[in-house]
Amino acid sequence: MQELLQQIVSGLASGGIFASLALALVLIYNAMGLVNFAQGEMAMFATFIAFALIDHGFSYWIAFPITLVLAFAGGIAVQRIVIRPVERAPVLTLVIVTLGLATLFNGAAGFLFGYVPRSFPSPFSVSTVSIFGAYASYQDLGVIAVSGVVLLLIYLLLQRTTVGLTMRAAAHHPEASRLLGVRVSWMLALGWGLASAVGAVSGIMAAPALLLEPDMMQTVIIYAFAAAVLGGIESPLGAVVGGLIVGVTVNLAGAYLPFVGGDLQLAVALAIIVAVLVVKPNGLFGRPAVRRV
Amino acid sequence: MQRIRSAPPRYWLVLVAVLFLAGLPTVVTSFQASEWGGALILAIAIMGLNVLVGYSGQISLGHGAFMALGAYTSAILVHTYKLDFVATIPIAGVVTGVVGFLFGIPALRLSALYLALATFALAVVTPSLIKRPATLTGGVQGILLIQPDPPQFMKDGFAAITGTPMTSDQWIYYVILVCALLLFWFAWNLVRHRPGRAMRAVRDGEVAAAASGVNVAGYKTLAFGVSAFYAGVAGSLFALSTGFISPDTFPVGLSIQLLVGGVVGGLASIPGPLLGAIFVYFLPIESNQWVPSQTWIPIQVANTVVKAGPAVTYGAVLILIMIFAPNGIVGLVNAGYSRLRRRLLGASDRETGQVPPGPQTV
Repeated sequence: MQELLQQIVSGLASGGIFASLALALVLIYNAMGLVNFAQGEMAMFATFIAFALIDHGFSYWIAFPITLVLAFAGGIAVQRIVIRPVERAPVLTLVIVTLGLATLFNGAAGFLFGYVPRSFPSPFSVSTVSIFGAYASYQDLGVIAVSGVVLLLIYLLLQRTTVGLTMRAAAHHPEASRLLGVRVSWMLALGWGLASAVGAVSGIMAAPALLLEPDMMQTVIIYAFAAAVLGGIESPLGAVVGGLIVGVTVNLAGAYLPFVGGDLQLAVALAIIVAVLVVKPNGLFGRPAVRRV
Repeated sequence: MQRIRSAPPRYWLVLVAVLFLAGLPTVVTSFQASEWGGALILAIAIMGLNVLVGYSGQISLGHGAFMALGAYTSAILVHTYKLDFVATIPIAGVVTGVVGFLFGIPALRLSALYLALATFALAVVTPSLIKRPATLTGGVQGILLIQPDPPQFMKDGFAAITGTPMTSDQWIYYVILVCALLLFWFAWNLVRHRPGRAMRAVRDGEVAAAASGVNVAGYKTLAFGVSAFYAGVAGSLFALSTGFISPDTFPVGLSIQLLVGGVVGGLASIPGPLLGAIFVYFLPIESNQWVPSQTWIPIQVANTVVKAGPAVTYGAVLILIMIFAPNGIVGLVNAGYSRLRRRLLGASDRETGQVPPGPQTV
């Protein structure tokens, strides 16, 4: 029982990371109906920036916000330079462009920082604390707390501020919003910036456990896909719930199903994706898609 | 994809290409022949992807997984069941094709975006899926294969032309070339006739196609099956030519490489996959040789460039081609050709007042 609780807590910690990245995917999906295949690689690149800052003597809690600001600016730049020219292109073109971005960021990180895995500092100690008889590390609890704060901030931004309202309006009714004076294209850019910053949080949270290297987020993005699909790809709340469910499921499957073990955990994510898409394509919180013929 | 306007096929160009590829091993070294064999293998796999993405409009980011299936089918048949390698090529193709066809059935329900997502996840998971049945696949150690000797008549014939007996690399090259020619010919016939027209109709407007009596589901799954068949044959040939396969032979990067090849060459065209394959195959190899040979680049930098260079180039090329030339090299050549034609014909047309006929629409 105690071990089960511990597994659940560490599952929630990785779930928080998946949830942040899934939320980034959802933000971009809502802005332009596109799954950003480069989200993980952008997060990895931002994490390398944080690493470089810390390496140059900045303290963790200064490097962290600077990285988020840079990631935000980077996301906007990517949208302006790369995505805008193909904004109205078919989905196939957009998918290929984001894959190109992913490859580009991966190569650029390798080019600038090399392929040797590096240890990334964590502000939370690895010592454990006892909660209800289960031992959880401060590291896991810290990740859960940071992810929770980020998700809450995004929720408040989208639901309680004018900017959030404008963003949602621009995503749902671009034409009507434009008539009302909303600069729709810049709202999309803002969505990309936000997604990039939220993704950066997930990268920075994941790095201490995974070791920082260019392929670090390659598996995390698959879990985030699973989380976003499970929650319903247009629902921010769904992304969070999906992320936590995927985190806990994968962790428990790895611990208790001998067949799965350590190396087939990723296959569990694939199974979740396929099962949800075939059985309930709208996920847990998504609205059924209506197709106009 | 957008409609592609292309010039009518140039048979002499096809003949030149075939003669070039057939004569190549008699001039270059055995090792270079095996490199060109590798490029042709990619061309086959990319042609399969092209049938799926370019003609039927479905996306797959997981074609590396189908290649892996073909490669392991062949390797296991040869290694465990001692079959002749050449005989396993069609078996691998059919096995992979059937799996692809079955995969196409649930894929019917998915939108393009979800299909991309699911196939991408498949590509990432593939290596760990291969590792698991270790008794069958050899686990992380992979499977080592002995390369076959060329048959006697090929040895003699080759020696008569070049003066040296044929190596197994050269023999494998010719096996690959024959497969590639057959499959390109098949694809060319496929896309020119009823199935190809039906697939393009589905791609350009599913509802309109269904209303015109096209069996949408049937042709979409057919495209998946054919596409996987190509990837399976390519995988099988890959196992044959490298002589060693392991889970890490089929990383997600392979699937990306195939996609880049298809996009660079030009989707929905027949020569495109060959050109794209030559680009994606030789880019890493050439940069591997060229960069360290430049003395002005410090050795430390050169090492990173060799490792990261291809990824950066692939990424940049994907983005630039999609923005500026969505029909790839073939599209650029066709556009240049028709512009040149118009320029040349334009002068005389101005006198007669006639408009030159537009290029044929595929």
